[in-house]
Amino acid sequence: MSVLLMMAAEAAPKVAGPGVDWSAVWDAVRAVLTVASLGAGLFFVLAGTIGVIRLPDFYTRLHAAGMTDTLGAELILLGLIFQADGWQMIAKLLLVAFFLFITSPTATHAVAHAAYRAGEKPVLGRWRIDGEGE
Amino acid sequence: MGYIMLAAAFFLIVSMALMLFRLIAGPSLYDRLLAVNSFGTKTVLFLCVFCFIIDRPDGVDIALLYALMNFTATIAVLKFFNYRALNVGLLKAKYDMDQEGVQ
Repeated sequence: MSVLLMMAAEAAPKVAGPGVDWSAVWDAVRAVLTVASLGAGLFFVLAGTIGVIRLPDFYTRLHAAGMTDTLGAELILLGLIFQADGWQMIAKLLLVAFFLFITSPTATHAVAHAAYRAGEKPVLGRWRIDGEGE
Repeated sequence: MGYIMLAAAFFLIVSMALMLFRLIAGPSLYDRLLAVNSFGTKTVLFLCVFCFIIDRPDGVDIALLYALMNFTATIAVLKFFNYRALNVGLLKAKYDMDQEGVQ
């Protein structure tokens, strides 16, 4: 949040004066959008990583990694798109985002399916439904 | 804007380093494969951010290539886990799944 205020203060002198400089306004708006998007994306990526380390069994770890990696990657790439100059860069970043959006859930699904076929068992803990728990 | 990109790259590196823990300590093969796949996704993001830090837009091509290779490698390694071979046709895989009754 303090970063946002700092950037607004940085952009303010250019905005003030006779005749609003709309490119400076657009730069400030882009900066704020970039910071918000990158921050949200990094939050999701770090949360997914901590989930992969902390959660008890394979399927919950897969859930944490698969969900957050997709959303976090899209948000980080969106934040970079706001900073890109030139349509070539924007097109390349959009392609990366598109392929990640297609391949990341597919890879997660394939890993889950292979683990299920190989007989990987989830830990059901207290809410065990097969009657073997305490 | 440079400091923000540097901070993003730093947090991505921290996330990748934490993911290495699951790669080394994962009890099953699939945990390790999950860690490798997630590490690859974060590598793609890090490459994109790094291009903005050094201000050379060429690197996004490498990130695009890495994203595709990461997916292909994951599927290939899964197939190898299942069959202990890579030259298995899709019809064989479908036949096996039908025999096991997997939807």
